[in-house]
Amino acid sequence: MPTNGAPTKLTQGYRTKGGIGESTLRPDGTLKVTGEFAYSSDMWHEDMLWGQILRSTVAHAEIVSIDTSEALAMPGVYAVMTYDDLPTDVKNYGLEIQDTPVLAHGKVRHHGEPVAIVAADHPETARRAAAKIKVDYRELPVITDEKSATAPDAILVHENRDDHHIGHVPHPNIVHRQPIIRGNVEEARKRADVIVQGEYTFGMQDQAFLGPESGLAVPEEDGGVHLYIATQWLHSDLRQIAPVLGLPEEKVRMTLAGVGGAFGGREDLSMQIHACLLAMRTGKPVKIVYNRFESFFGHVHRHPAKLYYEHGATKDGKITHMKCRIVLDGGAYASASPAVVGNASSLSVGPYVIDDVDIEAVALYTNNPPCGAMRGFGAVQACFAYEAQMDKLAKKLGMDPVEFRQLNAMEQGTIMPTGQPVDSPAPVAELLRRVKAMPLPPERQWESSEGADVRQLPGGLSNTTHGEGVVRGIGYAVGIKNVGFSEGFDDYSTAKVRMEVIGGEPVATVHTAMAEVGQGGVTVHAQIARTELGVTQVTIHPADTQVGSAGSTSASRQTYVTGGAVKNACELVREKVLEIGRRKFGSYHPAWATAELLLEGGKVVTDGGEVLADLADVLEGEAVEVEEEWRHRPTEPFDLRTGQGNGHVQYSFAAHRAVVEVDTELGLVKVIELACAQDVGKALNPLSVLGQIQGGTLQGMGVAVMEEIVVDPKTAKVRNPSFTDYLLPTILDTPIIPVDVLELADDHAPYGLRGIGEAPTLSSTPAVLAAIRNATGLELNRTPVRPEHLTGTA
Amino acid sequence: MRVNFTVNGRPQEADDVWEGESLLYVLRERLGLPGSKNACEQGECGSCTVRLDGVPVCACLVAAGQVEGREVVTVEGLADYAKQRAEHGGCASGACGTSVDEAQRWQARGQDSQTGEGTELSPIQQAFIDAGAVQCGFCTPGLLVAADEMLERNPNPSDADIREALSGNLCRCTGYEKIMDAVRLAAARQGEAV
Amino acid sequence: MDFLRPASWEEALAAKAEHPTAVPIAGGTDVMVEINFDHRRPEYLLDLNRVGDLYEWEVGEESVRLGASVPYTQIMEHLRTELPGLALASHTVASPQIRNRGGVGGNLGTASPAGDAHPALLAAGAEVEVESVRGSRRIPIDEFYTGVKRNALAPDELIRAVHINKADGPQQYSKVGTRNAMVIAVCAFGLALHPGTRTVRTGIGSAAPTPIRAKAAEEFLNAALEEGGFWDNGKIITPSVAKQFAELCSGACNPIDDVRGTASYRRHAVGVMARRTLTWTWESYRGTAARTEGVA
Repeated sequence: MPTNGAPTKLTQGYRTKGGIGESTLRPDGTLKVTGEFAYSSDMWHEDMLWGQILRSTVAHAEIVSIDTSEALAMPGVYAVMTYDDLPTDVKNYGLEIQDTPVLAHGKVRHHGEPVAIVAADHPETARRAAAKIKVDYRELPVITDEKSATAPDAILVHENRDDHHIGHVPHPNIVHRQPIIRGNVEEARKRADVIVQGEYTFGMQDQAFLGPESGLAVPEEDGGVHLYIATQWLHSDLRQIAPVLGLPEEKVRMTLAGVGGAFGGREDLSMQIHACLLAMRTGKPVKIVYNRFESFFGHVHRHPAKLYYEHGATKDGKITHMKCRIVLDGGAYASASPAVVGNASSLSVGPYVIDDVDIEAVALYTNNPPCGAMRGFGAVQACFAYEAQMDKLAKKLGMDPVEFRQLNAMEQGTIMPTGQPVDSPAPVAELLRRVKAMPLPPERQWESSEGADVRQLPGGLSNTTHGEGVVRGIGYAVGIKNVGFSEGFDDYSTAKVRMEVIGGEPVATVHTAMAEVGQGGVTVHAQIARTELGVTQVTIHPADTQVGSAGSTSASRQTYVTGGAVKNACELVREKVLEIGRRKFGSYHPAWATAELLLEGGKVVTDGGEVLADLADVLEGEAVEVEEEWRHRPTEPFDLRTGQGNGHVQYSFAAHRAVVEVDTELGLVKVIELACAQDVGKALNPLSVLGQIQGGTLQGMGVAVMEEIVVDPKTAKVRNPSFTDYLLPTILDTPIIPVDVLELADDHAPYGLRGIGEAPTLSSTPAVLAAIRNATGLELNRTPVRPEHLTGTA
Repeated sequence: MRVNFTVNGRPQEADDVWEGESLLYVLRERLGLPGSKNACEQGECGSCTVRLDGVPVCACLVAAGQVEGREVVTVEGLADYAKQRAEHGGCASGACGTSVDEAQRWQARGQDSQTGEGTELSPIQQAFIDAGAVQCGFCTPGLLVAADEMLERNPNPSDADIREALSGNLCRCTGYEKIMDAVRLAAARQGEAV
Repeated sequence: MDFLRPASWEEALAAKAEHPTAVPIAGGTDVMVEINFDHRRPEYLLDLNRVGDLYEWEVGEESVRLGASVPYTQIMEHLRTELPGLALASHTVASPQIRNRGGVGGNLGTASPAGDAHPALLAAGAEVEVESVRGSRRIPIDEFYTGVKRNALAPDELIRAVHINKADGPQQYSKVGTRNAMVIAVCAFGLALHPGTRTVRTGIGSAAPTPIRAKAAEEFLNAALEEGGFWDNGKIITPSVAKQFAELCSGACNPIDDVRGTASYRRHAVGVMARRTLTWTWESYRGTAARTEGVA
């Protein structure tokens, strides 16, 4: 593999402007600031129809009948489709388990499940038509938690499971179960001088990307369909869409439209199949755009969780053992639940050395909204709980919470509970040291001579305090996240790189199917091409399915894996370019044969810096193109009984210090500062790195103090599907977020880089909770914290 | 119904408008100006912020019929609007904005790598790019219109002023830090230019 | 759906008389949400944007006549002295974009218990000027709210203006929400001192089916202030008086548990806000000028 050796010492490209390590600007920046960037909801086509989905108004019910006649009779309506209109025998889809009906068949399993679809000439016509479809439901009792799911007489959410997890789960309403047993907890427990236990609750968070689910399906002359879509993984969509349509994959062409954020919420399909079905049925282009209400039903959420933890420690502060049970609510369909279980269990100890563990994680099938991928993916829920436990242990031992963590911090060489050694830098203690060493923001800023600025106080413009009841608190947390797809998944990416002379200049074109969702992959790919090929001009080809899969834009993996694929393809292109050079000019200079040759600043140079040829001359009349798959080192599945196995590719670490000010009487919290220290291995684009860390940090803060989808436990219906009641932090809620970036190379990864997108979302939440506990003295075992939890009025 | 109004300095006419349609829908789906974004359609996110007779409003909460005879500036016209302001102290000349023919020629297409280099940008647009304030970019148009209007009113804003002025614009990607940087940068550049 | 575009107030009244089910739309910040989310399909939308005098205000001897559509931004910027409580309340409304469009007329028309202006209007004392082709009348604010999202308007009436008593003493306004901007009130509290009449008035939002005054609390406080000679001697209000006032304000609430907060929290928070706003206004009245003011 070309990534071995000393990865951070660049031998190639350091004299080419705009290469890796520079904060080059986004290639799509100008289009995005002028409003010209074409997002999926901006698509428009002559003669286009609008699609509308009719969703279930109840969470769990048998469908007695569906009457579409009135809807069909409406002027302007072109098609109404239900389950009975699906064209092939494939009527379900799913990421891992194909348990999700394209349209409900005989039964709905959650509030907001798609039942019928309509195409009409105006969105209002489509809405009115959908409202005229009569669905007769016979309601069933709802399964909403572990108790109701695993009761002996519980209704099965899925009656006839035949997936590969059914053989090892204790109940058919459990999607997947992963235990991890290592050492001997009962023996280790005897060594503990203190033991702390806790039961923690993590609320349901939504990705709340700003660009709602949307796309345009255009029927094609060959009977196929072209879908312009916002997704995280084109090829995964394709694999699920084509069989339902009864088309071979090559007749379903997919082009990535502009993506307005993703955060895991676009890993599953939403309106893709529905738009294609309507387009094929009507022979006209069909656009579907969810509104915000529908978006809350149209994608999976972060798994809410119950977490039961026990830790012990000796009086000198060494952790003896850990027992935990993590119950994730997967909702009505499997989505990514099995993989989330794998993450939650394998990362449940956190970044600490604990030799004796007894771990169990399960995901439930319930009638709650389906849950799946969201930034942090199972590691987030665990981090919230184990970090609360760390503070409890430190307190019980009378130790400083940061020192206690440092004393137990993992490092390179530590063996994970899965038996996997951590074989790259794991600077956990150092990250904590750095975040603690940052200067603290001044106290009581509102007491300036000009009088209080309420904008700096809890409650802000709502003018609830002028300083009364306000107490500061400080809290720390650190987390561990895996990078890339784990557990033996064949996690590869593909890059096609072309190099040629255009207008006298050497130009590289990079073509991948990577979904640019805002993270800046397109920026980084151009940087890699400049570094590896010594060119200034790089064109990023639109992402589509005309090139091999890039895998998902998730799991903090795209810079690592598709970045790795681009680097690899560039290296192969470079070799070919040098071959051409040797063929054309080898006879003019002996260094062509003897020296190590580099492409720098548009020229072929020796490693000593001697120029041998202009790239333009070498490539004159020739074009070099390579398409190649690239893989990181393989992983293994976890053993289903012991959880042992080298399941992960790489780990990513971040630490936070939160400073909060709490109005203790009203229970209102203002986060003043959220300082972060993170090891990124190598910052390919420092500006983008900061953007990822700050954005991830704020999402973690959101679920600490305001973000939660509230589901009625009696009906399993969503109570707040809107931005009025699902609250995202505004810029007035946002603290300053100073960031300290470490670059300790991982020798296994391209350029030594480490996937960075998710780690900051982990530790942010528990750090804020710790700070609120510090300010209030309350135990606070659930997140998000609401004012009633801080005032004893829940 | 028919609605006549001015967008980015150009008279526009929209026909067959459904009475419940918002200004946002008319801009996006009838006039080929999809720059204003449809993120929540309930006035909670600010992604559709436009200027209506100079005042920043959520286009999703303005009924199309309410804009009859009025002037709208969208992100597509922001660069010209800012240029006019710099040159003439306003956009009253009616010469700002992109032509509707140009806008309507725009069609379904995938994103491409066209960088738009050479496009003339307003200071706030340039600052957003330079400071790294753009990630997915969906909140960007609304933020630009709101931030530009704030800098017009308040050329030397404090951080608290910036936060207050932009408190109606949600961003899910950036954690707002780079947006703060961008507005500070635009204010500083504006100060230097004077 | 039909879109009615009256060019004058008289045309608007005529349209409303002809179509009593017509939904008036001004700032659109309530109506358009309901249309966009398919919660409402009125037969007629009655656009009031072209009725210019709804956007005007007049400052009189005793009161301010505030046009129904004067945007909250204008109230914050131009009426801080005359209407400090309402100016503070205006500043808590949603976001700058919404404050640029929405006005008090919309709050009154919707009559949601969570409307931000109500507690300030109740505390200051106000009358709502409504009109139909049948004539004009002024409804005291205390009689305006008749139920959850119901008000005293007849089907053919439109809200033209609000006559709000000019502040004759300090006023304050607080609102609890779970974020620092763009939030619907979990509960809100307005308080106005009226040294002229030696009375105190209150307003509570989002803690009962309608916006309400805490009348028992007002009566208690009026008596306590009178008894202790506080209006004259300018003494600090004793903690026990403030505490009892707060408890009575809590007691006036009749809140519900909902997705935004618990009933128990609302009662508690109203008490805290009552105590704090009393302290702020009283300190201001005493002239010791609390150093802290809201930033409306």
